[in-house]
Amino acid sequence: MGKPNDLVQGTLDLLILKTLSLEPKHGWAIAKRIEQTSNEVLQVQQGSLYPALHRLEQQGWIRGKWSESETGRQVKFYSLTSAGRARLEKEMESWKRLSAAIDLVVDAL
Amino acid sequence: MRWLHRIRVLMLMLFNRGTEKSRLNQEFEFHLEQQIAENVSHGMDPGAARAAAMRVFGNTGLLEEQTHSEWSWNWLEGIWRDLRYGTRTLLRTPGFSVTAIVVMALGIGATTSLFTIVLSVLLRPLPFRDPGKLVMLYEHFRAFKEPYNVVAPGDFRDWRAQTHGFEDMAAWRNWGGNLSGERGEQPETALAAAGSWNLFTLLGVQPALGRTFTPDEDRIGAENVVMLTWTLFQSRYGGDTNIVGKQIRIDSKPYTVIGVLPRWFSYPDPTIKFWVPYTPAFMPEQALMHDMHQSLVVARLKSLESRTAAVKEVSALQYRIHLQNKGKPVAEDVVSRPMIEDVVNDAKTPLIVLMAAVGCMLLIACLNVSNLLVARGAARKKEVAIRQALGGSRWKLIQEQVTESVLISIAGGTLGILLSFSATDWVVRRWRDLPRADTIHSDGTVLAFAIAIVFACALLAGLIPAISSTSKGLLSSLQDSSRSVQGSASRATLRKLLLTGEIGLTVILLISAGLLFRSFLNLKTSDLGCVTENVLTMKYGLPDKQYDKPEKVLAFHEGLLERVWALPGVRAAGLVSTPPGGGYEGDNVFTIPEHPAQGPSVELDAVTRKADPGYFSALQIPLLNGRFFSNQDRLEHTHTVIISKKFATQFFPGENPIGKHVRMAFKDKLEDLEIIGVVGDTLHDLGQPIKATIYRPIFNGDPMIDSMATVVVRTAGDPLAMALPVQKQVSALDPELPVYDVLTMQQIIGKATASQSFSASLVLAFAVLSLMLAAVGLYGVLSFLVTQRSSEIGIRMALGAQRGEVLRLVLVDGMRPVFLGLIFGLSGGAVAGMLIKSVLYGTRPLDPGVFVAMAVSLLLTALIASVVPALRACRIQPIQALRME
Repeated sequence: MGKPNDLVQGTLDLLILKTLSLEPKHGWAIAKRIEQTSNEVLQVQQGSLYPALHRLEQQGWIRGKWSESETGRQVKFYSLTSAGRARLEKEMESWKRLSAAIDLVVDAL
Repeated sequence: MRWLHRIRVLMLMLFNRGTEKSRLNQEFEFHLEQQIAENVSHGMDPGAARAAAMRVFGNTGLLEEQTHSEWSWNWLEGIWRDLRYGTRTLLRTPGFSVTAIVVMALGIGATTSLFTIVLSVLLRPLPFRDPGKLVMLYEHFRAFKEPYNVVAPGDFRDWRAQTHGFEDMAAWRNWGGNLSGERGEQPETALAAAGSWNLFTLLGVQPALGRTFTPDEDRIGAENVVMLTWTLFQSRYGGDTNIVGKQIRIDSKPYTVIGVLPRWFSYPDPTIKFWVPYTPAFMPEQALMHDMHQSLVVARLKSLESRTAAVKEVSALQYRIHLQNKGKPVAEDVVSRPMIEDVVNDAKTPLIVLMAAVGCMLLIACLNVSNLLVARGAARKKEVAIRQALGGSRWKLIQEQVTESVLISIAGGTLGILLSFSATDWVVRRWRDLPRADTIHSDGTVLAFAIAIVFACALLAGLIPAISSTSKGLLSSLQDSSRSVQGSASRATLRKLLLTGEIGLTVILLISAGLLFRSFLNLKTSDLGCVTENVLTMKYGLPDKQYDKPEKVLAFHEGLLERVWALPGVRAAGLVSTPPGGGYEGDNVFTIPEHPAQGPSVELDAVTRKADPGYFSALQIPLLNGRFFSNQDRLEHTHTVIISKKFATQFFPGENPIGKHVRMAFKDKLEDLEIIGVVGDTLHDLGQPIKATIYRPIFNGDPMIDSMATVVVRTAGDPLAMALPVQKQVSALDPELPVYDVLTMQQIIGKATASQSFSASLVLAFAVLSLMLAAVGLYGVLSFLVTQRSSEIGIRMALGAQRGEVLRLVLVDGMRPVFLGLIFGLSGGAVAGMLIKSVLYGTRPLDPGVFVAMAVSLLLTALIASVVPALRACRIQPIQALRME
């Protein structure tokens, strides 16, 4: 179902930030994690993660670091910066407000 | 911390862009491998696993681009790419590129040079404290045309004491003296100035060494003190700081050196070598006179708004002084002008003219490069159309083309700026009498101006062709390219339009240059009123310490003349205070006792000269009436004068002036002087109108007024060869006495016309350069048209057109923009002529000779430029032309 373009604008950013809030991950792990936690409802087109990741990195919300993976390969791990953590809080808040508002409208009818 | 992180990413993106790109691919690869591994672990075979992973991942190429577009510095990357393309296209056509770059370099270089000079001379404030508040005050005689007249010492004293509108006022006058050799130096005649004690304080000038004058030193009878300029301090005293406090001898009198002026101080001009106090530079009875004018007055305004009121107050005072001195030449009013205008006065118009000429040339250069680019645009028409068809945005294409002209301008500009350094230097060295020449230098402002010009040129030259070459309908371009019989008519129109502009500007330049050159020739050949071939002039001034009696002065003058006459090769010799063309010297007012008193405001005024009996015949100035001075007109028997023709016609119309008198004060008291002769007119300065002139016998010998003399020698051969023998006669009489201004009459004329000759030659050079550019442009357009129309011409010929008709066809096509440009240029030239009217001499702004000559030279050049392509057109073989299709 869900292609990223179908997601509400900016939601992918929120998902990435949230996913990274626990621990640093590489791109593939982020995609997997989003799929798993959403019970496979949100199927991100995996490649489109990367433009988003790079945008977030350019803006300073997350930081990319090249280090060795479990298999001994050079992999780019993304982690949340402190600014990114604050950003996540804000995004979450506005998401909650938005979804609550949508709930209200949907329930009222 | 976020910004720190961002800066790190920015730097990474800027400097490690290549690495980052390959790393992004690594990321993608890793991702895909993980997915494939997962798929395989779910039981897929490796091929299917890979396909599935790719499907989930998406289009890698597109994703890569999307990711890149999130990166910073993309604009820079775009510019960089354009620059690379631009350089590549330019390198592919080196002939075109070199031509365009050289054209730009000349234009930008010349403009930058002129701007450097204009900025330093006209625009930069004077190097004094709060220079905007400095004004010069002048006397204004209501009867005189020239509004600014120098000030009498008595007037200055009263202005300063009795008015309060200005913060302060100071005065200075020209002075000069012979510096004696103290420690083996050569005796030297130096120009100097005498300044009131507060002058340097008023200007805000701190001495480099010692101090400035005190009020006590600025009075009659004070001990003699002197301030050295930095130049004299270095050249004559070797920069020895011990000179301060020591005595030097000027005109054989001891002067104590009290200070040295700073290196940058070169007011009023660098020829001034030392300063003495103002008042002691006068004779006691002169220092308070109201009718002897020679000083310049600098005043400091209290505030910028107070100028009108302050000048008004001084002017009112001057009118009272005028009324108290009825019958004497005392001005009615006072006028002011900003000090900076006073300093740059003579250079302003020529500089502006040159700047305008250079600007015209730059514009022509831009139009030319633009023209060349349009031609290239035509050649690349198909490429552009295809790129547009494939989705290249118009903006992108324009950007790319402008990049090319930016590259040309930057290369040309860099070259031009380097060129301008030496060009500025050259102009400053060649241009004598350029005020503030010592302050001229390049700085940040000049650089910023040059860079701004580079980009303005790039836009001007690049935008027109870029817009035109992309504006055409896509379809028609592609259709055009299949058959070119009527192709690209519009582009040719654009090129012709640019050409018209180019030719118009060229004509304006040519006309201005023609007018200036004609003025210069008029000036150079204008009749001084005396013989100018084989004449040597040499000045000396007898110091009044040794030569304190009229007898002594006379003995020297006569002794020298006697010795010079005896030299072999001397045809004639004479003495005069200032030779023709050598300057104004001074004027005196007078009345004519035989004439009934006229209205009080009419002042009779004449230039004054002192001459010996032999002067007029030595310079072959004709005697029109009466007689020359004789040897009897000497010492106290000198109540005789000779007047010029102009004097006679102006003040004795229809009368015989011989035997009449003029009443004037040569020194301090009025005398009645008898007119004994009338001589031909001479010019005091080239380019100035003839003025009524009155001559007094120099054999009067007065130590104050007859001690400065110019010996004029008419020689049989080369006059300069006589310089040394004559100089030896001076040293034989007085080894301590220096001579100066050793010049032939031709050199005097050359000096007087140097700046006119210089600016006329420069403008002419610019005009010729522009003419060449226009010719190249015309040639380019026509060659292009002939190539474009070769098949059309082929068809015409196949149908029976004669070669002569083809020739005419192309010529007419080429000459149309020339004629249009000529009309536009002639009218522009008329306007330009009016604007430079004030620097023209002996010619009118609408001089038909100049206009015709310049129009003809333009037409000839244009014809030559068009004939080559036209001939090529009529040699086209119809068969070949048609086969080329």
